[in-house]
Amino acid sequence: MRLPGRSRGRVFRLFTALALALLFAVPGALAGDFITVASTTSTQNAGLFDHLLPLFEAETGIEVRVVAVGTGQALRLARNGDADLLLVHDRPSEEAFVAEGYGSARFDLMYNDFVVVGPASDPAGIAGMGDAAAALAGIAAVEAPFVSRGDDSGTHRRERARWAAAGVDPTGASGTWYREAGQGMGATLNTATMMEAYTLADRGTWLSMRGRLDLRILVEGDAQLRNQYGVTLVSPERHPHVKAALARRFAEWLISPGGQAAIDGFTIDGERLFIPNAN
Amino acid sequence: MTDIAEAFAAAFSLVYHLDSDLGEIVLLSLQVSVGAVAVASAVGLPLGAAVALFRFPGRGAIVVILNALMGLPPVVVGLVVYLVLSRAGPLGVLGLLFTPTAMVIAQVLLVTPIIAALARQVIEDLWVEYEEQLRSLGATPRRALMALLWDGRVSLLTAVLAGFGRAIAEVGAVMIVGGNIDHVTRVMTTAIALEVSKGDLALALGLGIVLVALSIAVSAAAALLRGTLAQGRPR
Amino acid sequence: MTVPSILPLELRAVSFERDRQRLLKSVSMRVASGPKTIIMGPNGAGKSLLLRLCHGLIAPSEGTVLWHGAAGRDPLRFQAMVMQRPVMLRRSVAANIDFALSLRRIPRPERRQLIADALERTGLGAFARVPARVLSFGEQQRLALARSWALHPQVLFLDEPTANLDPAATHVIEGVIEAMAEEGTKIIMTTHDLGQARRLADEVMFLHRGRLLEHAAAGTFFAGPQNELASAFLRGELLWWERRELTPPRA
Repeated sequence: MRLPGRSRGRVFRLFTALALALLFAVPGALAGDFITVASTTSTQNAGLFDHLLPLFEAETGIEVRVVAVGTGQALRLARNGDADLLLVHDRPSEEAFVAEGYGSARFDLMYNDFVVVGPASDPAGIAGMGDAAAALAGIAAVEAPFVSRGDDSGTHRRERARWAAAGVDPTGASGTWYREAGQGMGATLNTATMMEAYTLADRGTWLSMRGRLDLRILVEGDAQLRNQYGVTLVSPERHPHVKAALARRFAEWLISPGGQAAIDGFTIDGERLFIPNAN
Repeated sequence: MTDIAEAFAAAFSLVYHLDSDLGEIVLLSLQVSVGAVAVASAVGLPLGAAVALFRFPGRGAIVVILNALMGLPPVVVGLVVYLVLSRAGPLGVLGLLFTPTAMVIAQVLLVTPIIAALARQVIEDLWVEYEEQLRSLGATPRRALMALLWDGRVSLLTAVLAGFGRAIAEVGAVMIVGGNIDHVTRVMTTAIALEVSKGDLALALGLGIVLVALSIAVSAAAALLRGTLAQGRPR
Repeated sequence: MTVPSILPLELRAVSFERDRQRLLKSVSMRVASGPKTIIMGPNGAGKSLLLRLCHGLIAPSEGTVLWHGAAGRDPLRFQAMVMQRPVMLRRSVAANIDFALSLRRIPRPERRQLIADALERTGLGAFARVPARVLSFGEQQRLALARSWALHPQVLFLDEPTANLDPAATHVIEGVIEAMAEEGTKIIMTTHDLGQARRLADEVMFLHRGRLLEHAAAGTFFAGPQNELASAFLRGELLWWERRELTPPRA
């Protein structure tokens, strides 16, 4: 393709203009007051933040930036001072976080529960059991496929605790019937469907996805499967740069009657995903 | 099969409704990757040319390292940039973590070796042809380098495009240093990863289709530019 | 030209070695401004090497290359060279010349006239905006000459500039060389084409296996070379180079 000189110049000008326009175009959100929240994929995947954050932002003008990772990584981010607030669901490690001086305060926020889901064929015959540990022992006994998050998330930590209670160490079978996905909750549920396997899921993600899954709830209601979410403030004494005041406003809003009502009002298909329980 | 059909429907509906969130994500993807490629080109092209032209101790090692770095895993780069930009890291005071700037930095690290290594090869081949003529004309090393970069422009554009392809398709590094924050650091690839983790495969694939269309548009633009640059190539 | 010439050029016992092979053996010579110097000899005699040594593209392993008139100036700035295979930058014909002029720090307004003159005198005026690498081989060689001409060098080296050209193209090139010589440029050129040497040479150097065997005025040389190898070459004996028993006299 040979262009005459003049139109060649025009092409160059066009490209230069495009490149400049692209680089200087203002990104959607202008950075005003904002805080960074380290949270879990389960809350993000369920859509909770899409429901809550616009309400909070409209009320206060504070932008909340959510980095959704596994609970283990979220704790790591907060420990390094890379987040102002922690919203996760592994109470022992949250309390340790505060005890070690990384957090200044922790509040109960809301809960739902974990459920053991699996294929309708239920090869281990655990449907209707009320004790998750016993159900896991049953799965191990017949070596039925089980997909684990395998990502040190809050859900994964809870699953490991139930295996310990069942007296089974499934990691020895890793790669055979016990499969560690190393992925988020949604991907893990998809994997379980494909493999016709059992898995432990949080109810929020389960409810938001169940229409696309060929799985059903087999075990629920065990007190040990309660999934408590907490909100923890990162200590400004440890990390002087954190936006402690703004973070506290968000935390206080979450546990205020208004925030709790907002959580209570978040439903999918008429079912409530999280039950507020701040005291 | 239904997922694939749904994916095309999702892609079509996203574009047809000019979804504003999608527009924002596409714009940020382009800004980050074009910005990273611009910086990587400004560094990588002269670097590759310099390695091609000058003989100095350790040059062979640099060539090997550059070629090897082309295969750098994005997640590793992301992790390194995270550790450097983290508040607990050496550059933490800059507060760049979870910003588009951090994503550009990570992609610059990923893309510069690709552009430099490919540029070195292009310039070295050209130098074999040009060396005596340029020296005869009395070109200083700097002028020789500039002349080679300009005369290799068509092949170098391909090197730059290879870098862009790597940047726009990469998810591991931008996920870690950007955090995939909605309206702030969410780009095409991290949005796709999010939809996969949510289990919405059709929407994920739909976004993927938009991404491919975007890549095609960019390489078509490059082809137009190449046609313009190619004035002066052999028949 | 009011600028003093860098000539004469003198080589003192210049040798060149590559990979332990002695390719030029103790060459001594002196060329002054004026006559067109043609370096002759068969392939592999070392003609190109000798030219590159004189031009400064390669350094001698032993001996020295002296530009007696340089007087502290960089002699390369007053020379130009046309290679056997023209090296064309991937730009327009005019830009190829412009690049060479810009390297000599010639101001932009002056360049335009120099480019136009050089193109016109080499018959390339119509091609100014054409990409150089689209030209035919012969046209490219003419452009290489035009590029050199625009520089108005005191010394022009040409390395078998017509080796791959047909007679018509050769004729054009020779015409340009003559014209440059008339303007005062010293021509130093290699060829293995006897006819061309007869047409152009004012003085001849005969090179064989890295040694300079004869350096004489053209008339003397073509009338009867002193050296037996040179006369064999002139007679066109194809196998002359196999006559190893004819070792040349020590220089």
